[in-house]
Amino acid sequence: MIAAGLSNLGVLAQIAEFTPLDTPEVQWAALLPLLILAGGGVVLLTVSSLVKAMAAPGVNAAATVLVGLASIIACVPVWQRVQDPERGPFTAVGGVIGIDGFSILATGLIAASVILAALLLDDYLRREDIDGVEMYALLLLSASGGVIMASANDLIVMFLGLEALSIAIYVMAAMHRRRIESQEAGFKYFIVGAFSSAFFLYGIAMVYGATGSTNLVEIATFLANNLLLRNGVLMLGMALLLVGFGFKVSAVPFQGWTPDVYQGAPTPVTAFMASAVKVAAFAGLIRVFYLALGTYSLDWKPAIYALAVLSMIIGATFAVVQTDVKRMMAYSSISHAGFVLVAVQAGTEKGVTAAIFYLTSYVFMVAGSFGVISLVGRRGDAAHSLDDYRGLSRSRPGLALAFTVFLLAQAGVPLTSGFVAKFNVIAAAVDARSFWLALIAMLASVIAAVLYLKIIVAMYLTGDDAEADDSVAGPKVSIPLPAAAAIGIAIVATLAIGVLPGYLFEVAGDAVPVLIALP
Amino acid sequence: MLLTNFLMLSSILFCIGVYGVLARRNAVMVLMSIELILNAVNINLVAFGTIHGSISGHVFALFIIAVAAAEVGVGLAMVLLIYRNRSSIDLDDVDLLKG
Repeated sequence: MIAAGLSNLGVLAQIAEFTPLDTPEVQWAALLPLLILAGGGVVLLTVSSLVKAMAAPGVNAAATVLVGLASIIACVPVWQRVQDPERGPFTAVGGVIGIDGFSILATGLIAASVILAALLLDDYLRREDIDGVEMYALLLLSASGGVIMASANDLIVMFLGLEALSIAIYVMAAMHRRRIESQEAGFKYFIVGAFSSAFFLYGIAMVYGATGSTNLVEIATFLANNLLLRNGVLMLGMALLLVGFGFKVSAVPFQGWTPDVYQGAPTPVTAFMASAVKVAAFAGLIRVFYLALGTYSLDWKPAIYALAVLSMIIGATFAVVQTDVKRMMAYSSISHAGFVLVAVQAGTEKGVTAAIFYLTSYVFMVAGSFGVISLVGRRGDAAHSLDDYRGLSRSRPGLALAFTVFLLAQAGVPLTSGFVAKFNVIAAAVDARSFWLALIAMLASVIAAVLYLKIIVAMYLTGDDAEADDSVAGPKVSIPLPAAAAIGIAIVATLAIGVLPGYLFEVAGDAVPVLIALP
Repeated sequence: MLLTNFLMLSSILFCIGVYGVLARRNAVMVLMSIELILNAVNINLVAFGTIHGSISGHVFALFIIAVAAAEVGVGLAMVLLIYRNRSSIDLDDVDLLKG
């Protein structure tokens, strides 16, 4: 008995001796932007539960902004390394994380939306008497999930990133404990999110079954080298993956949750949802469909075509008939998702460049818009109807002007980022010979322009003989410094991209994702 | 081993789960239906993993079990929150947001 045990031990010792555990190379330096976000969230949570001084107003928000800035700065050396023609893109953690221009730009964008959301949250949380650091910690953890999703080179990792991103956002949406709408929004988002993740997973399982791998590079290689005679499993997998992504980017017909959740969630959280979540979800979509399933583009292009048409038209049309500005913005975000899908549908390098450009400009436009909405909402986060904006130009001309810039940018007026973004998307669609799609995109942007003008008119024109009437003096909105800074950053970015688009266009061109095999 | 049998089982579970999410009005039942879909995925992954002889399907199934546990933790907390405020977990009562 003892002898047998000893000989077993001997065998174990032999195994341990002769087969050292094969650990993948991690590339810590390249993961630094991600690690700063995730580590920052955990450290922030720990430190502020232990140190009393962190409870002072503004400290947590400042810490979050610093973490976001550090993450952006950490992106710079990695970007330089990737753009260096001698070194180029590479993989980390044994091939499951792809470090290319695309993932680094997405990381920068997500970190930027963390900064903007933290600046908006600072005043919001104090105004609503919500204390504690949880919101900031969740913001950073959610952002790290988004970064993982955007740089995933393996479907398992992409799923983990998606869940890390989503679970934190469900909680953030429901964080306003006294506002029942907020809980409702969180709960609805949770049900729809979990449901869509389940579809996404079923799709992954099918793609894995058809190709034998979850690694994007191996899937692409397999599909390029093998002609599947019976590809029903793969088709089903692709369809379910598209449904999963469709829910996340809120494309019609998977948009049902968007208006409710955007309206109910705390407005700064909505700003983060509309910017960072969209970037991460589109990054995942582009990675999976453009890179891994590129050989089957003839099969997925028509589906994305349909999603794009429906999203643009239905989003813009439904937005016009709303009376709640937050809901209007929700529908307009659906319409914007349609525009990005137009670029993805092109399936070319030019299309992906246009999508990256669009997402970059969209982050700042939408975060700025929701920043203004957050301020106008005032205490209670309830003053969001169109009537609450009447006379804003009189009581707060600066704020009204800022909102006007964001709305004009979303409408695609020249000299703003929105114009160049829309122009690139339509040019990419024409380039890919999708003329009808390009026409529909132009039509949809005209319909959407009506919506944005409606809000601008409400702010500037207050009806008959308003000058003499004191009742239309406009809402008394206070503008705290951090929120003003966030709106300012967004305005500068929107106008700068609009006036000098060439630089961003170059960056977007360098950020087209590539398949990176293990060396 | 017949792969089709496993795929059939998992697709039946998937359909029951989707039906449950769409038709059930009780929030806890909806959460359970989502779990059902996730387990359908697990069956698929393990079956495919065995057929392909690769480990990633099995590993993925373990990941899904862990993430589903985290997700349902958050979900039940939210159901509890709604129940405290409304004394009801019927999804039809969760209807403040409309337009």
